[in-house]
Parts: sequence; C-alpha cells; structure tokens
Amino acid sequence: MKTNDKTPLMRVQGLSVRLGGREILKSVSLDLYEGEMKVLIGPSGGGKSTLLQCMNYLILSDRGEIELEDRHVDPHNARELCGFRQQVGMIFQDFNLFDHLTAVDNVSIALRKVRGMGKTEARDRAMAELSRVGLSDKARLYPAELSGGQKQRVSIARALAMDPKVMLLDEPTSALDPELVSEVLTVIRSLAQNGMTMVMATHQMGFTRALADEVLFMQEGCIIEQGSPKELLAEGSGTRTLDFCSQILEVEGCTP
Amino acid sequence: MISEELTFLLQKLVPALNEGVLMSIKLIVPSAVLGLALGVVVGSLRAYGGRFFSPLANGYAALFRGTPLVIQLFILYFGLPNIGIYFKPYTAAVLGFIMCSAAYHSEYIRGGLLSIRRGQVLAAQALGFSTFRTLVWIIIPQAFRRALPGCGNEIVYLIKYSSLAYVVTCFELTGQAKIVASETFRFSEVFMVVGVYYLALVTVASWGLRRLEKRLEIPGFGH
Amino acid sequence: MNETLTVLLDALPFVLQGAAVTVTAVVGAMFLGLFIGVPLAVGQVYGGRAVRFVCDTYVWFFRGVPILVLLFLFYFGLFNFIGLNLNAVAAATIVLGMTSGAYQSQIFRGSILSLPKGQLKAARALGMSDALAIRAIILPQALRLSIPGWSNEYSIILKDSALAFVLGASEIMARTHFVASRTYQHLPLYVSAAVLYFLLTWAGVAALRVLEKRVRIKGYVH
Repeated sequence: MKTNDKTPLMRVQGLSVRLGGREILKSVSLDLYEGEMKVLIGPSGGGKSTLLQCMNYLILSDRGEIELEDRHVDPHNARELCGFRQQVGMIFQDFNLFDHLTAVDNVSIALRKVRGMGKTEARDRAMAELSRVGLSDKARLYPAELSGGQKQRVSIARALAMDPKVMLLDEPTSALDPELVSEVLTVIRSLAQNGMTMVMATHQMGFTRALADEVLFMQEGCIIEQGSPKELLAEGSGTRTLDFCSQILEVEGCTP
Repeated sequence: MISEELTFLLQKLVPALNEGVLMSIKLIVPSAVLGLALGVVVGSLRAYGGRFFSPLANGYAALFRGTPLVIQLFILYFGLPNIGIYFKPYTAAVLGFIMCSAAYHSEYIRGGLLSIRRGQVLAAQALGFSTFRTLVWIIIPQAFRRALPGCGNEIVYLIKYSSLAYVVTCFELTGQAKIVASETFRFSEVFMVVGVYYLALVTVASWGLRRLEKRLEIPGFGH
Repeated sequence: MNETLTVLLDALPFVLQGAAVTVTAVVGAMFLGLFIGVPLAVGQVYGGRAVRFVCDTYVWFFRGVPILVLLFLFYFGLFNFIGLNLNAVAAATIVLGMTSGAYQSQIFRGSILSLPKGQLKAARALGMSDALAIRAIILPQALRLSIPGWSNEYSIILKDSALAFVLGASEIMARTHFVASRTYQHLPLYVSAAVLYFLLTWAGVAALRVLEKRVRIKGYVH
C-alpha cells in the first residue's frame, strides 16, 4: 500500500443491494486511498459491476454508505449527486460513447453542459485529453467510425476531462478484440503511473500483477479474499483467487 | 337541468347512437374480413407475383395508400355514376373500406412473407416438403405471426375510419351523432359520447388482438 | 371529353389554391404534433406514475377517437365552449396537430427505447442531470431515428387533412367538391384530386428523405 496511514480518499461501508429478490451485494466495504489501484476479480454475476455502479450512484444501494473525502452525498439531492459523479469517473465495458457526437464532442459535451465551459475552451481541453490517449487525429470521427480500442480510449478521455478524483473501470477491455486490448491497457497503465486513484474490474492477470496495489476477489456479492497480488497469486498459496485465475488463464491459453 | 340532460341522453342520444353503432358494426365486420382476405392476395402477389403481377400489386397498394380514403369513397359514390355505375351508400362504403384496407394489409403480409429466411424453405425442402406443404406448414405460420401486429392495427384503424361512411350518406355512429347534434345544437355532449363509443370499440378490439398475439407468441421469434 | 378537359383546366388554379391551404395545415399540424409529441414521449418513458398516466390517457384518447369525430367535437363543440373562435382551417390544423402529437409520441417513444441503456448511464456518470441528459444526449439521437416514422406520419396527416372539408375548410377536397357539384364532372375531378394528393405525398416523403440524409451521422446504423 502506498499511503496506508492517511485517511482514505473514498470509503465504502456496508453496501447492500437487492434486485428482483436476489442479493447482488452483501454488505461490501472497502477503503480507497489516494493514488491506489484496486483490482476486482471474480466470476461474472459476482457483483463487481454492481459494486462499481453503486460507487457512482448509478445503482442506488439499499443499505450502506459511500464517502468521498469524508463527505457524504444524499443521492436524492440532484445537485449533490451530479457534483459527486463529476468527481468520480466511470468507464464502461461497452464504452457507451454518445453515438450522435464526434470523438471530440463526446469529450467536450460534459465540460460545456455540466461544467459550463465556453465552446473553444472545452474543445481545447477535449483535444488535450484526446492527445493524452493518442487520438488527436481521430477527433472528428464519429463513434461508429472508430475501432473498439479507440472507442474505449475516447471514453477514458471523456472521463479524464472532468478531472475526476477517482476512476472506476468496469472491465474496460472485455468487449475488445484481443489485438486491441493492449492499446487500452497502455493508457490505463500510464494513468496508474501518474498516480490516478482507480478501482478496476478486469481479468487481465499480467496487468493486475504488475500494477494492482490490492486485489479483491468477489463472489456472490461478497469480497471473500483481499490482499496484494503477490500474496493472493503466489504459486501454491491455495487461494480462491489463484484458483480462479488459473482457470481463466487455462481458457485463454496463456501462462500467468 | 340535470334531469333534462339525462332525458336527452337516455331518450334521444343513446337510442340514436345504438342504432348507429349497429350500422358501424355492419360496416366494419365484412370490411375487416374481406379486406384482410384481399390483403393476403395482394401481399402474396407483391412478394411472389413475379415480373407481371408484383408490379401490378405494388401499384395497387401505392395508389390506395397514397390517396385519402375519403376521395376513394367519393369516387365510388359520386364519381362512378358519371360512367353509369351506381352504388348504394352502404355498398360504396364497404367496397371502399375493403379496397383501402387491403392495400394497407398487403404491406404487412408482404413484409411477413419476405422476412422468412431462405434457410427455412431450404430446410423444409431438404426434409421432403412439397412446395404446397412448405407454404402451409412453414411459411404461413411464420409470416402470419410477423404480420399480425400490423394487420391488427389496421383493423383498429378501420374501426375509426368507418366513420367516413357518413360522408357518403351511410348513417352509422358518426352520422347519427351529427343528426342529433345538428337538431339540438349540443355538439360537445354528443360528440363526447360518440368519442366514448369509439374508444370502447377500439379498446376492446385492441385488447382482443393483443390477447391473440400473446396466444400465438413463440419465445424468441420475431426479434 | 373536350368539355371535361375544359372543366379540369378551369378548376386547376382554384384547386391549387386549396393545395396551398392543405400544405399549410399539414405542416402546421406536423410541428404542433412535434411540440406535443416530444414531451409526451419523454413523460411516458421517464415520468413518474402520475405523469405517465396523464400522457397515456392523452395518447389513448386521441388514438382511439376518429378524426372526423374529433373535428366535430372541437370545432362545433369544445372550441366554442371555451370561447375560442377559430376559422375552419385553423381548427382543423389544431385538431390534426393534437392527434398527430399522440401518434408522434409513439414514434419518439420507440426511438428513445431503442437507444442503448448505456447512453443515459454514461451521461449520468459524467454528472449530467437527467433533464440535461435527455436534452443533450437522448433526444438528438431519438429525433434522428424518428425521421422515417415522421415521413409516414406526414403522409397520414396529409390524407386525414382531406376530412377538414366537413368543417368547410377551403382545402383541396372542399374545392374539388364545390366544382364537382356545379359541373357534374365528379369522376375526373376526384381522380385529379387523388393524383394531386399522391404527388404531395411523394414530394413530402422525398423532402424528408433529404432531411434524413442531411442529419445522418457517419456509420451510425441502428
């Protein structure tokens, strides 16, 4: 851990979610420290995506607390809610770029409409973010004209433009063809190296080993194991995490 | 005042409208049945009519879909006497409704037929189905389900457009209402009540058609 | 035959003036329907229980009652009742517009529902309020998707507008009827009117196709 002695940047306590009579999250808690990168691992349906969406209030939890910098948000107060979401960036598995807007407009629309930035200022900022993800030459293209990897990089630029304090990434590479994964991971890696605080659900094991500060293994709505990747993924550690990871690696046909 | 309203409603308006609604139903039912039948013929010709019949059927559909029903009725009732063909108001109205709704039905029938993937026919042929059996057991059951929502909607439209029979002096629901309203100058009340009559007809018909659709629903088919 | 041709040629300018009235009424009704239909659709999709009920009831009423009945109801009844003194063309335009609002709302509703759920989610995740997300993200996409439905709606309103003659509105149908009842050349006159409607339908649909191409987004297929 990088900064364990300080108070957490974001604190999640006792989050529970019930949907359609099924418990999706069962009292999940985690502390996220500044500059930290946490990785969520686990079988699909285990609650990773729900947890991430709860952390941005896209799904309202039935019980539990979320605090950002010691401040609690009332999700029924629209102003507080929107303010909170601006500080917490979200990356979706299927990108969710706005299909009627060019890449640069995708990045600038929230700056203009939410932040109230002027047109040129917003455009300059958006171009800066696009060049940060290596896409300044694609600024005028529409989402349908971009590859999956490019779409995901635009969506990262879109989130970064809001200067988020925390980024939540929900399996950002799962919907991509294998040859497009690395261009997105490269962008995320550079974010991590620049000290962005992140929580990411992923099955990219090499990436996790190299960059995660902590791995959380989720199953049936609970975090059942957590620790550094070294501990959890050590050969012969006998953890569920290791077990699960060797299964995916087997399927994907590469070595850990 | 209130009792006067009530007497008007019960003694004058409702009996007249009930007579009208009977006439409306006499217009709607044959038009719906025969319109659908003609629509199936036209739609099939549009889909499979070959070089000669499908342009003809397409032209028919375009013509009747591209012009207002009221003009079609006027041509039948006021126009054809110019060349010596006379229809009674009722006959003119029903003929007009049949020809017009057939054009609309044909659109859905054609779509339903064309939506059937080639593989379905190939598979049937591979199993030894004759052309006729393929049509009866494979194509029609699928096409019918695809066309049903559209055709059902068309029948609901027909209920509403049956009000146009009034313009060729066939006095159904709307016509009767117009007579009562003109005699009493109570346009708001009369046409409110007529509106309720139509709403009831349309709502019952849509409900029945939706139930039919549900009955025939196959999981995963049609999306 | 010669006599027929003379009648038709004499009637042409008179009926064409009616075409201008028809087109004005139809375009007016389309826009009125747009202004009514968009809020109705948004209410039906995103509204609370009460809002949804109001919107659904409006749609149910205007889709369930024949235009002819609505024209009589509003022109001779309700408009007078609330002290509104409208001429026949204006009244017909408003009634057609209100009805079209109900139908257009169904087009927009379908378009909104066909958009991926992630669009709204992504907008919210950026801190947009729901109102802003609907305005800036959902509607621009939904309205584009609605243009084919809109051109269908145009051809329906155009045909329905022929019914305005029952109020005495001086559009194509009324003028044709007027000439026919004086010259007894019903058949050629009504057939010509039908051709005129056919051309107007075709022209409008072509115009909307141009609009659709204009606002098209590259590679955007749905």
